Order: sequence, then structure tokens, then C-alpha cells
Amino acid sequence: MIGKGILKGMVETARNLTGSFHDPDRLTTVEYPEQKIPAKENARNFPFLIYDGDDWETGLRCVSCQICEKECPPQCIYIEKDKEKKPDFLGKMQMQPKIFDIDVSVCMGCQICVEVCPFESIRMDNDFEYAGSDRFKSLLLTKDQLAKSNKYYHSIHPTEAQETDEIRVQKREDHLAKEKAKAEKLAKAKKEAASKAALSKAETAKEE
Amino acid sequence: MTPSPGRPTEAMPQFEMHATGVEGATEGTERMEVSMGPHHPSTHGVFRMDVELEGETITKLKPVFGYLHRNHEKIAESTSYLGSMPYTDRLDYFNSMTNNWAYALSVEKLAGIEVPERAEYIRVITAELTRLQNHVSLIGFLVQDMGALGTPLMYAFRERERILDLFESLSGARMMCNYMRFGGCRCDVSADWIKQAQSVVEAFPQFLDEFEALISENEVLMARSQHVGILKPELAIDAGVAGPVLRATGVNYDLRKVDGYGIYDRFQFRVPLGDHGDVYDRYMIRVLEMRESVKILQQALAEIPNGDYVNPKAKLRGFRPPPGEAYGRIEAPKGELGFYLISDGSPKPYRYRVRPPSLINLTILEDMCLGQTIADAVIILGSIDIVLGEVDR
Repeated sequence: MIGKGILKGMVETARNLTGSFHDPDRLTTVEYPEQKIPAKENARNFPFLIYDGDDWETGLRCVSCQICEKECPPQCIYIEKDKEKKPDFLGKMQMQPKIFDIDVSVCMGCQICVEVCPFESIRMDNDFEYAGSDRFKSLLLTKDQLAKSNKYYHSIHPTEAQETDEIRVQKREDHLAKEKAKAEKLAKAKKEAASKAALSKAETAKEE
Repeated sequence: MTPSPGRPTEAMPQFEMHATGVEGATEGTERMEVSMGPHHPSTHGVFRMDVELEGETITKLKPVFGYLHRNHEKIAESTSYLGSMPYTDRLDYFNSMTNNWAYALSVEKLAGIEVPERAEYIRVITAELTRLQNHVSLIGFLVQDMGALGTPLMYAFRERERILDLFESLSGARMMCNYMRFGGCRCDVSADWIKQAQSVVEAFPQFLDEFEALISENEVLMARSQHVGILKPELAIDAGVAGPVLRATGVNYDLRKVDGYGIYDRFQFRVPLGDHGDVYDRYMIRVLEMRESVKILQQALAEIPNGDYVNPKAKLRGFRPPPGEAYGRIEAPKGELGFYLISDGSPKPYRYRVRPPSLINLTILEDMCLGQTIADAVIILGSIDIVLGEVDR
């Protein structure tokens, strides 16, 4: 019978129409600006710079090694090194960026900068509401706009932030152990030198 | 010399403007040259067809593309090997996972990197999920071209969205995943994610039944698509067509079976084949392929072992493969997707070439359209399944 297939299809559409009243799973859309679907934990959009503590300028993790600048496929990062150094979380003196710009009109959110960063300082944000009225200035993010606290990082990517913190704790421990070993070695060498000197002194005294 | 589009050729009769109009109208048909596109909703992107018509019948068709050319291959030759991975997402922007895989596969061949078992499983799972969402949205677009405005497409998109949600929670992005790395994947899948994927996969056959009840037996769909755009298997093989378009003609050629790349030899699945090579067969092949993909997914999700998700020896930075050449190919949802690489030992490829399935499947468009009406050309183009990001690169 011609029309049977069409009827069958119509029954299906009717089922879908009424289904959305009973089954909330079938209602798939929300009214966006008022309602928002919470972002997925891994969701990424554009990179930002993490700082520790409360002051973004002193706590900025970036040491301006410029690896992300080199690896960025669309070349949207621009870094200039500062002449003044500042201590990092291990107490070592490190470089810091004087200028750190990301042109988010060029950035494609590929996350390669995050993967190559050896200092856990650049991570992905999940904020996607970036509309601006200015064509160039509002999309060229500077250092102060990019800097966001570690707390904020914990609030958007909790699991990843936890892992990053663990890496840093490990790094600190390794550094402390290294320092300790170094200090011990130094002390031992000093001691040996002292005992050797004492021995030679004693020997010379004996000879005399 | 080819005439400029829209202008009658010398061979064509020049139209004379008659003041009376009615008297000047001839009996039967007139030849006419129509330029369809590039901004036409049925062309699936910026694509143009120069069509010569005899009445409504197509006598000549010339596909014109290149509007979306982005210099992908040359850019890749001036970027590091890792740097062109996110660009491959943007080739066939529906299927970034399979694009990533094909590129990673060819680089792994070039550098001789081994892939851990768990990573292979993750790759199969993501690739088959990609196939599901590509085919389901393609069918939605195809029936939209036939006049089913909206409804089937929205049902298809509802289902696709679930898979894209899985991709987002895994890789961070819905479409531009950038997930594969040389020697594995970028991050591990959690047990929670596998459970979510399982629930999506379990619900999928029910949706397919629903979808088939909606349109498979629809008389309008049958009348529009059966015996339309017939492709002969001989021509398909000669033209190098691959993927569902080739299998709809009855040629049993699926790289998952032929090459057995990855770990596809471990899974039980069949390759659906068509009989007539018409548009309806191409529609049906995709439905059947989705059912087989569901089978693969069920097996892969149940069997996924523990272990490394990426080869620990694979380097992220400073990657320099030894000099040589490699061609890695996979069965992408649209056909055979291959990457040909030549390395000279530097961090950048010396030559980088993509074999895009969309472009090569597009070459037989004229052969399928000759003798058909112009309304059929639209659905024939829709049934090939092209994405202009890949055709133009």
C-alpha cells in the first residue's frame, strides 16, 4: 500500500513530539543566555597563565622560556623576557615575561602550549564568551588579562589541577632532596678536607 | 577555451529576446547553463556545479571547488610534525578523530613508533563513534536535500550531540578534538567515560530503529533515490572511489578488513555491500555500517585492557623521524583517508600529502549525474558525502 511508509514515519514523529513532554531526556535544548549547560570538566577554549598566591605579578609561574611560543602551530603567542629575575616556588631565581600576549583571534585552542610547558604555568580555560566590540584590542589578551589564580584553575578543572599540584609538590620534594644531598656532600667534603688537613698537620707535627 | 559561467557557449543557440514572449517560446526544451553555488544550501559548503541542462536533464556537469583552500599541505611542511596535528582536525571537520588517527598512523610508520594496546583500543572506540556521528548527520543532510526539512536532521543531531559530548569530556573539544598523539593518545580514558560511552552505544540501535521507521520505507524517499545516480562498480574502481560509495556498488573493499590496521582483526563485524549503486543503496549502506560499528564498539568497550595510553618512549618535543617515506591510510567514514609523508630527518616534513576521500569520490559526480534531472544532482552530491574542508584543504 502506498503511503504506509509515510504513515509509519508520521507515527514516529508523533511519538517524538509527545515523548518530549514525558521524558526529560528527549528535551535536548536549553534557552541559552538564561540557562546554561554546565561545561564538561575537560572542556577547553583558550589558554591562560596560572599564578600562585594572591599577587599575580609575583606569583606568576611563567619563566618566559618561550617553548610555547615556538611550538604554537598558528604562532599566536608573543613573549618578551624581562631583565629582572624573580624567585620561583623553589626559591631559584628565574626569568619572567615582560610581555606575554595571546591573540585569541588566531588561537585555535589546540592545547599544544599546555602539553609542552615544563613549568605547569599555562593551562586551558573553559570560558567561551569572548565577544568584544573592538576588533583588535579586545581579542589580544595581555599578561594581566591572562593571569588567573590557581584557585580558579581548581574550580574549572579540579582533577587536572590536582594532578598539576601533585607534580609541583613532587618537584619541590625532589628539589629539597637534591639540596639536602648537595649540602650533605658539601659538608662531607668539608669534613674530609678538615680531617685531611688535620691529619697532614699531625703528620707534619710528627715529622718535626 | 572554457566559457565563463552563466554565458552560453558558441555551440549553444543564442537566445533572442522577443517582445511578444509567448510567440518566441519554442516547443520542447532549451539548453541552459546554470551555475549552482557556491553559496547554495544543497552544496554542503562552498562548492559550485557548472551544469548544462537540456530542459531539466543534465547534459554536462563540472564541479568547481577551491573556495575553501587553506594551503594545508604547504603549512604542514613548514610546521613541526606535532604542529600539523591540530590542522588535521580541520580537514574533515566532522571526523577529527579519524583524521588524527590517519596522520598519527603515517607518522608512526615513518618513525617506527609502537602503539600500546590500550591506545589502540581507545583509537578504535573513538573512530567508530566518529563513524556513527558522521553517518547519522550525513543521512540527516541527505534527506533534508530531498525535502524532509528539519525533522530527521534534528533527530540525527540529537543523537550526534551525545557522541560529541563524549568527545568533549574526553578531549576537551566537541569537534576539533586534537586527541591522537604519535604513539598513542593525549590523555587516558576514565572508567566513568567508558561507562558513559557504553550507555550511548547501547541506546544507539534503538535510535537507528526509530530512524529507519521514520524514513527507510518512506515512499517519497524511495521514489527520489532509487535508480538515481547509479554508479557502476567498474567505473568506481577505475576512479579510485573508496568508502561507502564504493561498497554501495557491491565492491567488497573495506580497509578495516583489507589492511587490518590497528587492531581491527580482533573484532567480529561484517562489511555491508550494496546491489545497485544508487542513492538509496548509499543511504542504506550507511545505516547498516552504523549497526556494524555498534557491534565493534560493544566489543571494544568490553575488552579494553589496562596499560599505557601512550608509548612512554614517544617524544613530544624535538621529534625528528629518520629520513624516509611512509603512507598511512585508514577507513575514514567517508572513504580511504591517507597521509603521505617524506622525511629528510629534520623536524618538519619534506613533503606532506593528504589523500582526501571526499575529493576523489567527487570526481565521478558528472558520470552519476548525466541524464538525471537537476533536482537529482542535489541528492547525488549529498549521497557522496563531501566536506569542503577536506576537498579544498
